[in-house]
Amino acid sequence: MKELLKVQNLRKSFKISPKQQKIQNTKERIKVAVDNLSFTAYEGEVFGLLGPNGAGKTTTLRMMSALVKPDQGDVLVEGSSAVKKPAEVRSKIGFLTSELKLEEFFTPNYLFSFFAELHGVGKAETEARKQKLFERFGITKFAEVKVGNLSTGMKQKVSLVVSIVHDPDIIIFDEPTNGLDVLTAKVVTDFLLELKEQGKTIIVSTHIFSLIEKICDRVGVIIDGKMAVCDTLEHLTAEKSLEDKFFDIYAERVGETYEK
Amino acid sequence: MKNSIITVMKKEFTRFFTDRRMVLTTLLMPGLMIYVLYSFMGSGLSTKFDSSKEHIAGIYAEHLPDSMKAVTESGMPVEFHDVSGEETERALESLQNTEEGYDIVAVFPEDFDAQVAAYDVTSGTEAPAVKLYYNSTAPDSQSAYNMMRDFLDTYESALANKFDVNPGEEVYDMATEEDLSAQVFSMMVPMLLMIFLFSGCMAVAPESIAGEKERGTIATLLVTPVKRSHLAVGKIISLSVIAILSGLSSFLGTMLSLPKLMGEQENVNAGVYGMDDYALTLLVILSTVLVVIAIVSIVSAFAKNVKEATGWVTPIMIISMLLGVTSMVESLCKTEPVWYLIPLYNSVQSMNGIFSMEPDLVNIIVTVIANVCYAGIGAFVLAKMFDNEKVMFSK
Repeated sequence: MKELLKVQNLRKSFKISPKQQKIQNTKERIKVAVDNLSFTAYEGEVFGLLGPNGAGKTTTLRMMSALVKPDQGDVLVEGSSAVKKPAEVRSKIGFLTSELKLEEFFTPNYLFSFFAELHGVGKAETEARKQKLFERFGITKFAEVKVGNLSTGMKQKVSLVVSIVHDPDIIIFDEPTNGLDVLTAKVVTDFLLELKEQGKTIIVSTHIFSLIEKICDRVGVIIDGKMAVCDTLEHLTAEKSLEDKFFDIYAERVGETYEK
Repeated sequence: MKNSIITVMKKEFTRFFTDRRMVLTTLLMPGLMIYVLYSFMGSGLSTKFDSSKEHIAGIYAEHLPDSMKAVTESGMPVEFHDVSGEETERALESLQNTEEGYDIVAVFPEDFDAQVAAYDVTSGTEAPAVKLYYNSTAPDSQSAYNMMRDFLDTYESALANKFDVNPGEEVYDMATEEDLSAQVFSMMVPMLLMIFLFSGCMAVAPESIAGEKERGTIATLLVTPVKRSHLAVGKIISLSVIAILSGLSSFLGTMLSLPKLMGEQENVNAGVYGMDDYALTLLVILSTVLVVIAIVSIVSAFAKNVKEATGWVTPIMIISMLLGVTSMVESLCKTEPVWYLIPLYNSVQSMNGIFSMEPDLVNIIVTVIANVCYAGIGAFVLAKMFDNEKVMFSK
């Protein structure tokens, strides 16, 4: 299988402010968010990053999308280095996270065209893609409504559509169903499966086991910034459910056990 | 120009020009408000210090000498009333209460005219004194006081000096309309323009940069393949255009209302400047706005939110206002080109030169080139900041 995205020995640390030191009850001045992390995503597969809050999933995804520079290591996206050629990497991926917001003053129609222009997509292609995606997500009738006046679910749909405006081969989703109602969450999950069928490579970070079980081919479990396990979903769930397996791994790594 | 810069600029313009409230508050209101405010201030001040033309000042005088008849003979709108003793006390009380008709209470020494005639200025003794009581909060009283004071000063000079100065009604002030206009505009306009340009920049830049950062929308732009430098240049140019329009609105309001603010002086007229003066002014304004937008943008990028950005920009605005005052202090007006490398000061001095009708082309060129260079450095710094995760994602 062709390697589309290769994460190599990524490391990222942050300074902890005195205020954060108090909150976290620690004397450490440096927090290692991601520690020597490596994995590979192959063409057409869905790779899930599973881990508790603060495990380093979002930081890893930000480094993969060339939004944040690693202290050490690199991410190769179709051979382009995120460290050396960040703009090239950004043009090859679609990145969606709940932290990225759309300007509420503009309409979905305007924003789609605006981001398509920034990605260098031609006008005809933009219009065709806009029509297709807007219809797919039921955005058409809200196309001229300002984002600020849309429901949370519709805003998330518009964000999703805008993130893949340039039809990228690699799509990175950070907690794609977080905070969504069940209906919108299903629409997003179904769309991820559609993208998978189209042969797109998807990296998805989540702490929702059912989402991983439904769409992922391989899973990387991140705990305290380190890759605890990286294996196929099939192998991971051969003896136990994914949830049980995760808690076993967690207990092994952290030394804490959880009763179901 | 690169496509992505134009795309970023178009978005900024669309954001601004399709928001009627922003257009109204940033473009129309400043000019309109300045015009209305200055016009009201001008008419208010002239009403305060010029008493109504029909008003005849009531002067209540104790021991009114014959020499004062000259006041009424000269056609001054005054009416003398003789008072003495208790009447004088009552008149003084009435003056304090600003009652109708009591504008001045004048107390002359007995035999004032004789005392004045007998007084020898070389004797070293105390000269006969006239006491003029008035109420400065009553416009008519203030005006009557000014009138009487002027008359007595002239009378006193006439007695002490044996020759006349500037006799008759001939105009002796040789200042031309251009000179008067240049004096007024060169003192006021550079400072006012600095304030207006800064206000225009503050109205748009913190919202566009700190606001986008605060709302998380800048990160959405940063995950696109657009170069950070293109994003910075696109923002700076588009914000500069909007700030210039806002500054021009204020400029128009000022130029139209300044004669009114100066008390409708017929000799103060913005029409004394030619097209070349306005063209040079526009050039200086354009380059100044680029610098100011670059400064405000960098500060806004450092700030976590709009409120913080506005707070940080305010001291810089005060500094620019202080630099604006340098046009009023001659010792601070330098002519050597090296001084024109100092941002903002160079703009104030260049405009001062233009409005004084003595523009120094070398200094203006130095100003414009220096400002464009500073704006370029600003764009570079802003691009670096857009690339800095600590700056862009700090919370």
